[in-house]
Amino acid sequence: MEDVGDKLVQVVIALAIFAAIIALIMLLVDRAPKTFRDKATIIGFLAPAVVLLAIGLIWPAIQTTYLAFTDRNGAPNGVDNFVWMFTQPEALVTLRNTLLWVVLVPLMSTGIGLAYAVFIDRARGEKALKALVFMPMAISMVGAGVIWKFMYTYRGAEREQIGLLNQILVWLGGESKQFLLDAPENTFFLIAVMVWIQTGFAMVILSAAIKGIPTEIVEAARLDGASAWQQFFSITIPSIRGALIVVVTTITIGTLKVFDIVRTMTAGNFETSVVANEMYTQAFRAGEPGRGAALALVLFLMVLPIVLYNARQLKKQREIR
Amino acid sequence: MSATPAIPAAPEAAVAQAPEAQVPIARRVKKRLTSRGATAAAIIIAVIWTVPTFGLFISSLRPEDNIQANGWWNILGDLEFTTKNYTDVLASAGGSASNLGQYFINSLAIVIPATIIPLVIASMAAYVFAWGRFRGKDTLFIFIFALQIVPLQMALIPLLSLFINLKIGEFQLLPSGTYAQLWIAHSIFALPLAIFLLHNFISEIPGEVIEAARVDGAGHATIFWRIVLPLSMPAIAAFGIFQFLWVWNDLLVALVFSGGTADVAPITQRLAELTGTRGDEWHRLTAGAFVSMIVPLAVFFGLQRYFVRGLMAGGLKG
Repeated sequence: MEDVGDKLVQVVIALAIFAAIIALIMLLVDRAPKTFRDKATIIGFLAPAVVLLAIGLIWPAIQTTYLAFTDRNGAPNGVDNFVWMFTQPEALVTLRNTLLWVVLVPLMSTGIGLAYAVFIDRARGEKALKALVFMPMAISMVGAGVIWKFMYTYRGAEREQIGLLNQILVWLGGESKQFLLDAPENTFFLIAVMVWIQTGFAMVILSAAIKGIPTEIVEAARLDGASAWQQFFSITIPSIRGALIVVVTTITIGTLKVFDIVRTMTAGNFETSVVANEMYTQAFRAGEPGRGAALALVLFLMVLPIVLYNARQLKKQREIR
Repeated sequence: MSATPAIPAAPEAAVAQAPEAQVPIARRVKKRLTSRGATAAAIIIAVIWTVPTFGLFISSLRPEDNIQANGWWNILGDLEFTTKNYTDVLASAGGSASNLGQYFINSLAIVIPATIIPLVIASMAAYVFAWGRFRGKDTLFIFIFALQIVPLQMALIPLLSLFINLKIGEFQLLPSGTYAQLWIAHSIFALPLAIFLLHNFISEIPGEVIEAARVDGAGHATIFWRIVLPLSMPAIAAFGIFQFLWVWNDLLVALVFSGGTADVAPITQRLAELTGTRGDEWHRLTAGAFVSMIVPLAVFFGLQRYFVRGLMAGGLKG
């Protein structure tokens, strides 16, 4: 219990120091000579953010870019790290897996999320149904990892299964399976966890978009005798195109950076590693900061075009609104 | 309404952005369109999505022997519940204790300053970007906005060595094995998005309100604390909840900066570690996972509207 008190004291001291710094800035800004006061405000209010970003994000990003071209002792080694990445089998597996993730997760989460959004649009108890599928978004990916590791638990045929999926296999007359160990399909079982998490996000945004479709259009189509499928493809999809793009790009960005799921469930073993996990492993476990930095740089280059596209979409949508 | 990720816009707009907002005619149409097939399909998906969490929860309440003997779907055959798993994982005594209580406290100790600090700093910057006048303002603002594209992986290695080398004489300013590195790292990574979102909101505050205060002789500090911050509460709440959950659920930043001891590491890190080292002790893992999920789930069910708003706004972070 004294531990708790100790930790509380640390938090209180930290907040007090922070409050003191902010109070000092406020005081200096207010007491500055009148002619200088506006300038002092701008400097004083911006300084904490600018200083933190400069030393904590901008400078490190530049350094990482440099590190990507050095070896484990910090000596420049040209493009060796990138050669490693694109030639070594274990690194190539990482790249292949990342590609699988980034294609499958956005596709499946958006597909299922859209279907679900359409279904519940016409269902009773919409709110509750929404909450159930959206809930995984609140759970940490570590928690999700534990939940699904439990689902995938393996027991030999001679024992009772305790993992639901293996039990289903047994019920269907099959044999229990090492879901997380058997490569290459184990990557798909990890991907399923991310789909489970992201579907709720897709569903909530797409559901809002579907509700935004003017009812007159839907009514008119029905009166003209359009079938459910025709309505879906000729009215729903075109009307929510913008939202679809935002959902797909946002999930894609999140998927490229996925780390926790792989770390928790397999730690990247059994050929399941992805770029973000390998970056951590190389930089902080294997003592290869150069390789880690190179992977971080590749991650940045992969995310970059998608973020730019997403930002442009968001801007366009907001202009329309 | 359009489906743009709901970046909190003007105060009024934010209030009106509940996705459930419907006009009566829509309800009539909906009633007519309600179909059994769609409802059935929706329920099937909902069940599939809920079963994994449900199974984990049921298991966390079963005695260890039962968990190992058969699956949780047999619960009706052996109706036995216990809270022992929870008292076990929370306990700090004993050699094999998972000690999650301690880590839970750590998570709280990390998340509170790591939410407050960036919110205050970002609001101050956002206020200047919205209402200050200086050369290069737009360029600087766009630059900070653009920083969102830097994945935090790009910053980890140099930032860690910076923290280690940050000394005044022999005195290490931000020693490892304390919360300080985590607070600062999380604060930094939150800033680009926070400044951008809060700026959008603060710039929508009517100019007359601020002008009137200035005429009355209020300084910038007063205007900021007495007028801007209270008026920006919806945006601050939305981003605050997002940042809170983001920090609470984080694993990567914790792994790099916490050192992993019971003095500092958050509950996610401990849980990930237990999954690796005690992968078969499901009575611990199930209860532990739930302990780590209680806070985010409470936020989710209690503050769902803010949660949705914050989540959508923060879709790009990380």
